[in-house]
Amino acid sequence: MKGVNAVEFTVLVLLFLIVAAMGFLAARWKRGDNLMQLDEWGLGGRQFGTWVTWFLVGGDLYTAYTFVAVPALVFGAGAIGFFAVPYTIVAYPIVFLVAIRLWSVSHSHGYVTSADFVRGRYGSSGLAAAIALTGIVATMPYIALQMVGIQAVLEATGFKNPHVALVIAFVVLAAYTYSSGLRAPALIAFVKDTLIYLIVIVAVIYIPYKLGGYGKIFDAAHKALPLKPNKGDITLHEPQYLAYASLALGSALALFLYPHSVTGILAARSRDTVKKNMALLPAYSLMLGFLALLGYMAIAAGVKPVADANGKPDTNTIVPMLFDQQFPSWFAGIAFAAIAIGALVPAAIMSIAAANTFTRDIYRPYFRPAASPREEAQVSKIVSLVVKFGALLIILSLPVQFAIDFQLIGGIIIIQILPSVVVGLYTRWLDAKALLTGWVVGMALSIWMLWLTPNPLTRHKHFGGANWALSHIGIDTKAAIWIGIPTVIINLLVAAILSPMLRARGAVLDETDELDYHVERGDAGVVPSPLSAAGST
Amino acid sequence: MATPSGSYRDERAEVPARRGVHIRPANFLLLIPLIGTLIPMFYNQDHPRLGGMPFFYWYQLLWIPISVTITYIVYATTRGER
Repeated sequence: MKGVNAVEFTVLVLLFLIVAAMGFLAARWKRGDNLMQLDEWGLGGRQFGTWVTWFLVGGDLYTAYTFVAVPALVFGAGAIGFFAVPYTIVAYPIVFLVAIRLWSVSHSHGYVTSADFVRGRYGSSGLAAAIALTGIVATMPYIALQMVGIQAVLEATGFKNPHVALVIAFVVLAAYTYSSGLRAPALIAFVKDTLIYLIVIVAVIYIPYKLGGYGKIFDAAHKALPLKPNKGDITLHEPQYLAYASLALGSALALFLYPHSVTGILAARSRDTVKKNMALLPAYSLMLGFLALLGYMAIAAGVKPVADANGKPDTNTIVPMLFDQQFPSWFAGIAFAAIAIGALVPAAIMSIAAANTFTRDIYRPYFRPAASPREEAQVSKIVSLVVKFGALLIILSLPVQFAIDFQLIGGIIIIQILPSVVVGLYTRWLDAKALLTGWVVGMALSIWMLWLTPNPLTRHKHFGGANWALSHIGIDTKAAIWIGIPTVIINLLVAAILSPMLRARGAVLDETDELDYHVERGDAGVVPSPLSAAGST
Repeated sequence: MATPSGSYRDERAEVPARRGVHIRPANFLLLIPLIGTLIPMFYNQDHPRLGGMPFFYWYQLLWIPISVTITYIVYATTRGER
C-alpha cells in the first residue's frame, strides 16, 4: 500500500460502499408480485419509466471504458478519437424507428432478448442460437474492459498491483447483481451519472482555466500530436475521412444490437418511453464530447501515463492521472469513484443480458424445453456469476491488449446479426437458412480481414485494428474502412440472393403478426404479463 | 393477469394500429443529423475557432442539440401514432 494517496483512496472506498449498499437494497425497489421470473430479475419487471430508462440506458452505453479509452485515443491519435461524438449523435435517429418495433413485438410475445424475437419470427432455434452466441461472445470482452477502467483508477491512486482490489470489487458486484438483478444497476445508474456530470462540468471549466484556456490546449496538442507514433493532429488527415465516417456509422449500427442495449430497451414500461428516450439520450453525447477533450488537456498539462506491470506506459491512465494532477485529492477521489461506479453499472447490465440470452436461447431450447419461469430465473442468476468471473479471469490472466483487441472484434461481429434482427423487424422476406449462411460468411470474412490488419505500434501482425486498408484490394490510397460495414453488406447480399432459392415450400413459420409490431402497453387484448405467453415460443 | 396464451389475438380487433410499414414524412427528418455529421470533409478545419476551440470540434458538438431537437420533434409529431 506504499505510495497510495490515502485521501483519494478513502473517498473512493466510501462511495463504493454506498453504491454496494444501494445495490443490495435495490431488490426491494418497485418490487413485483412474482420475483422468481426472468422478467423480474432480468428486466426489472418491464416497468421503468422515462427517467429510469434514461439513466439505465445511458449508464449502460456510456461506460467507464468509454470514459477512459476515448480520451486516451484522443491523447494518442488526435482528431480520429473524436469519432465517438458523431457515433453517438447518429445512433439514436437510426435506432429510433427500429427500437419501438422491437419493444412492441417483445411486449406482445414476452421476448426477453433479440434472439428470442428471431426464434419467434423465423421459427428457427438454430438461427436464434447463432444470434445468441454472437451476442455473448461480443459482450464478454466488453465486461472485461470495464475492469480496465477500475484498474486505471486504482493505478492512478498509486496501487502497483491492483488485482486484489479488483477481485473484491467484482465479488461485491456479482453478489448484488445476483440478488437484485436489473434493479441494482438501474438504481446505481442515478449515482453514477450524477457524479459523472458533476466531474465533467467541473473538469471542462476548471482545468482549461488552470491551463490558460481552450486555445492554448488545442495549440499544445497541435504541436505535440504529429510527434507521437500515431502522427495525428487536431484535425483529420484526408485519408482518415473514410475511417472516421465508417467507424462512427458502423459503431452506431452495432450499438443497439448488443444484448445489453436490448435489455435496457425491453425494461422500459411502454413504447412511448422508448421513443421519448431515443430523443433524450443524445444529451449524454455532450458529456462524452467534452470528456474526449480531456485527452488534449492531458497533453497540454504534460500528463505522463502510469507504467503498467510490464513497465509499458498505460495510456488508459491519462484521465485519472490528469485528475490526480489537477484536482485536490478529495475531488480526485470523487472523480475516481465516478469512473469506478461507471464500470460497475454496465458490467452488471452486460452480465445480466448475456445470462438472459444464454438461458432463453441456448439452455431452454437445447437442454430444458420444459423449464419453468422459476428455473429460467435461477439459471440466469447463476450464469450472470459465471460470465462475470469469466471476464475477471480474462483480465487477470491475459494481457489487457487481448481484451482491447477482442472488443474491437466484438463490434464487428455483433453487426453481423443486423440482417436477422433489424431486417427481420420489418419483413419476413429473408429465409432463416439464407440468413444463417449470410451470418457465417460475414463472420468468416470479418475475422479474415481482422487477421490481415497489423498494428505497427504494438508490433502485432494480426488483429491490430478494426480498419481495413483499401490498398488490400489494389486501390492506391492510405484510406481504410471499418471492417463491419463491407462485411455486413456482403452478409446481407448473401442472405438476399439465397433466400428465394432456399425458401421452404409450404407454410412460413412466423408466430408474429404485423399488428404485434405496433402495440402499446395496455392495448386491448395484449397480455399484460408477458411471461404468460412465453410457453408459445 | 394470466390470460392463456394464443387467445389474445382474437380479442384484438379494436387495436388502433395500422398494418404494414408506413414511413411518415416526419421520419425523413431523422436523416438530417446523419448528413450533418458523417461527411468529415465538410467540417475538417481548424478555423474559425470558437472560444479557442477549433471548428472541427464545436461544429460536431453543436450537432448534439440540433439532433436532440430534430428527434424530439419527430417524437412529438408522431406521438400516439403507431
